[in-house]
Amino acid sequence: MNGPQDLGGRDGFGAVRPEPDEPLFHAGWEARALGITLAAGALGHWTLDESRHARESLPPAIYYNSSYYEIWIRALEELLTRHDLLSAEELAKGEAQARTPHPRRLDPARVPAVLAKGGPTDRPLSSAPRFAPGERVRTRLQARAGHTRLPSYLAGRPGVIEADHGGHVFPDTNAHGGGEQPQRLYTVVFEGRDLWGEDAEPGSTVSADLWESYLERV
Amino acid sequence: MPHDHDNHLDPMEARVRALETILTQKGLIDPEAVDAIVETYASQVGPQNGAAVVARAWSDAEFAEWLARDATAAVASMGFAGRQGEHLQAVFNTPHQHNAVVCTLCSCYPWTLLGLPPVWYKSPAYRARMVSHPRAVLAEFGTILPETTRIRVWDSTAELRYLVVPMRPEGSEGLAPEALAALVTRESMIGTGLPKVPA
Repeated sequence: MNGPQDLGGRDGFGAVRPEPDEPLFHAGWEARALGITLAAGALGHWTLDESRHARESLPPAIYYNSSYYEIWIRALEELLTRHDLLSAEELAKGEAQARTPHPRRLDPARVPAVLAKGGPTDRPLSSAPRFAPGERVRTRLQARAGHTRLPSYLAGRPGVIEADHGGHVFPDTNAHGGGEQPQRLYTVVFEGRDLWGEDAEPGSTVSADLWESYLERV
Repeated sequence: MPHDHDNHLDPMEARVRALETILTQKGLIDPEAVDAIVETYASQVGPQNGAAVVARAWSDAEFAEWLARDATAAVASMGFAGRQGEHLQAVFNTPHQHNAVVCTLCSCYPWTLLGLPPVWYKSPAYRARMVSHPRAVLAEFGTILPETTRIRVWDSTAELRYLVVPMRPEGSEGLAPEALAALVTRESMIGTGLPKVPA
């Protein structure tokens, strides 16, 4: 979906403003938002892809007016209600009946191991690669309503395969309960002039990691 | 908004506090686990990890070759592995090519090496313009590159996370790894900056 998250190449957002001596968190709630989001994710009711989709599905006016941790919290509330872990009424009232702990509630003692393990997305594939490094390809045009990792500014563009990373979980299905359906992932390089025409900065290139079904032969 | 009695608080402070309270009551999270997660990123996982990797690559050619070939394994050998660093690629700057990393679609970032991303990395301004006007964005960081240096921007669209290995600065010959690591800034490992030059 080319929602508010699909920012590559857009104008109007102004200059980048690095903050000198930026603190790790700008308010106490940001630290809690990080911890709550990761602890709730560890319950295993949704994938990272589904949580990304929940964030990018926020209305554009809210997305652009929210700090990043606010986007996380709004999306987390949506995920918790969607998966029947909280009711809208409980959220509105800010209180709930005490319950027996969830069987997969993240134990403080397990935090280091869980964070150190992460969630690798590489998967074995039995199919042969469709494309080889050095081959010219074109990205497909798509008007996909759901989650995808092909940014708009790279759709319908010519590029060159640089690397083959083997099979990886396919976010477009995994975000929507459609399973991992792993596909081959490639690094594809695009010349700046093929993306921005004569306005491209001379000699600039952009690469992205793209799944096989995003690509076609030229 | 929940919690009328909290209305003297920042609305997000109140909202997050209310959410943590209900999740705790319902047995979905343990606040001590939240503390442990925050503590991990506040004190253990940060850009000092990436700086140690870069300093070693600068001073150990064999390690640099391993890092270029299989960054995930090379970095894991130094004890840095985990969430948002499951699959890593190191990209090396040269006089001819400068590398820089962005995530236009969200905020993908190598947490195991750099910690949590700064606000500017997650901002629409950076995500929008880094792919279309990289040289102009680098100038906003005070980073001016020779016209002859090409800029390669890596958009992190999958679970592969990128570490930029900057060029070793002149005047750093003979420095110990710890002193080298002190030259490696976070921005130099994202590609929006360059390492410090020894005084």
